[in-house]
Amino acid sequence: MLATYDYPKYAYRRPAELDRPAAAPAPVVVVGAGPVGLAAAIDLAQAGTPVILLDDDDTVSLGSRGVCYAKRTLEILDRLGCPQPAGRGVSWNVGRTFFDQDEVYSFNLAPQSDEQRPGMVNLQQYWLEQYLVERAQALPMLDLRFRNKVLGIDSRSDRVALRIETPDGEYSLDADWVVAADGARSPLRRMLGLDVDGKVFRDRFLIADVVMKADFPAERWFWFDPPFHRGQSVLLHKQADNVWRIDFQLGWQADPEEAKKPENVIPRIRAMLGPDREFELEWVSVYTFQCRRLNDFRHGRVLFVGDSAHQVSPFGARGANSGIQDTDNLCWKLGLVIAGRAPASLLDTYCAERIKAADENIANSTRSTDFITPKSRASLVFRNAVLDLARHHPFARALVNSGRLSVPTHLHDSPANTADIDAFEGRMRPGAPMDDAPVAGPAGPWLLPHCGGRFVLMVFADQPAALAPAIAQALTRFAQGSVPVETLLVSPPAAWPGLPGGAGAPDLTTLAAPTPGAVPVPGARQVCDLRGLVAERYDGRDGTCYLIRPDQHVCARWRRFDADAVARALARAIGTAVDPGEGRAA
Amino acid sequence: MKLITEPNFRDGDDRGLWPYARGDEFYEMLIEAHRDLDDAGSAMLNSKLVLLLANHVGELAVLREAIDAARTGIAPAAAPDA
Repeated sequence: MLATYDYPKYAYRRPAELDRPAAAPAPVVVVGAGPVGLAAAIDLAQAGTPVILLDDDDTVSLGSRGVCYAKRTLEILDRLGCPQPAGRGVSWNVGRTFFDQDEVYSFNLAPQSDEQRPGMVNLQQYWLEQYLVERAQALPMLDLRFRNKVLGIDSRSDRVALRIETPDGEYSLDADWVVAADGARSPLRRMLGLDVDGKVFRDRFLIADVVMKADFPAERWFWFDPPFHRGQSVLLHKQADNVWRIDFQLGWQADPEEAKKPENVIPRIRAMLGPDREFELEWVSVYTFQCRRLNDFRHGRVLFVGDSAHQVSPFGARGANSGIQDTDNLCWKLGLVIAGRAPASLLDTYCAERIKAADENIANSTRSTDFITPKSRASLVFRNAVLDLARHHPFARALVNSGRLSVPTHLHDSPANTADIDAFEGRMRPGAPMDDAPVAGPAGPWLLPHCGGRFVLMVFADQPAALAPAIAQALTRFAQGSVPVETLLVSPPAAWPGLPGGAGAPDLTTLAAPTPGAVPVPGARQVCDLRGLVAERYDGRDGTCYLIRPDQHVCARWRRFDADAVARALARAIGTAVDPGEGRAA
Repeated sequence: MKLITEPNFRDGDDRGLWPYARGDEFYEMLIEAHRDLDDAGSAMLNSKLVLLLANHVGELAVLREAIDAARTGIAPAAAPDA
């Protein structure tokens, strides 16, 4: 039991299939209701795909596991309609690294201001899971089944057969697709006989979550060789409800059972916090870790997401964050495939894109771990040389690696992108996750909530009311296509007659319904680029178009609208384009 | 010319990369180069690397500055008892 959290106990309900087999396979079954499985099921269900989500337990994560949720994850949670972790959690952007007693490196996760979400929010994993369960239970298309444990899986060419155990006995369930979100020890992966290859690190770390009143700033603090824990590293994070995460490096020789005993944990914390600080132990565990991944994230009709597909060290917060980004990438594709609007080969772009992301996460995580836990004498000497040089030299500070925190992968090499034919500045190249910016528009004061969940053509227009009829007709056809593309017009304050007092102090409420009916395109929405930051970040000029994927990534862009080019880029993005050059249906 | 002590690792198109990325790549290359070497082998690798890079730099004023910066904070060995 935790002092600061009461575990919810979710109701088990007898599945109908125990009494009579289902008439047809379920379109998709998600296995594992951790943050990643919940995100997947919510994403699919809110887009209209019926989902069954199975979990072998009836509560949320035991103990505090994941802590840090990165900006991209927070943006995805917005898209999923999940309450923001920042409400209860701790927002932060700055990390500081100390060597002995001196600060040798600091970073700021928000190099660009004027985005809605901070670089990171810390919140105990059980809170996030509780929020996601509440969201999941509000969705009529989502059938969340607690105490339903998968015992067997048979992956066939036309469907997947699952054998499931409940308190009332076993039943069979067929599914067209299975999303395996069943964690680092993934029983599905084991049942399918799939190997994961990678590196095991010979080191142990002690997690102590303590409850205390302390006025340390909301920052990530990391020490190499501090006076209170000589020769090892220590990490401190602030969480919600006055809970602090302290992570002590122990070394490979440490006995995990001994290290966990309160009589051994408390003196370590006293040495760090001083003899007068009052605290209570909330949770203690000892962990080791690996950096590894599956060779392929798709096995026929089974798709692996999160820790079942890839694992990293915790230094960098790249576990849950990358898992939720997996689902962000997968679910719109799976939804299109299930709806018969895209070929199953579209799912191979999930693998291509997220394997690249996993490799980037594993590389960063491995480099951090090699720095924190040097494996050889030479590596140790170099590490200490970097720390020593870092006292005086900026280049060495940048080499101090106590964790490179989760940032989204830029999918520049993805086969789903259309290469630029026009010249653009800035980093919103095809494959980039969208930068946010302040706007005024129907979905609120930020750009990102105006995209996501569907394809959007973002069109910069100095005079949106003067859109040529031929363009309006073409945009209408896209809006009504089998894979609809919604129009989002971005225009400067000058185009908004209702804008009081110029861009300096806009009254957002009066901007809610500007120039109604001015754009004769069904479903088209307009935003006012209040401070010109959308145009700046996207290098947008009158006529510039961006094709945005449902997961808020750029997939193509042009300096002027060309209906054929948009149609080709859309076909490429959803895998219906035939590429004559390579002679394959993508 | 003066010794560069600001971050200086780069590799072609670095647009949109985090400022630590190229330094981390170099560091990984460096540690990887020492894989499977014993202490003597590592010392030999490091020495050869210093000589190669020193020749590449060439400028003695810069090398003198680098040697001074590297030597800072390293205590001399204790003098043997007479």
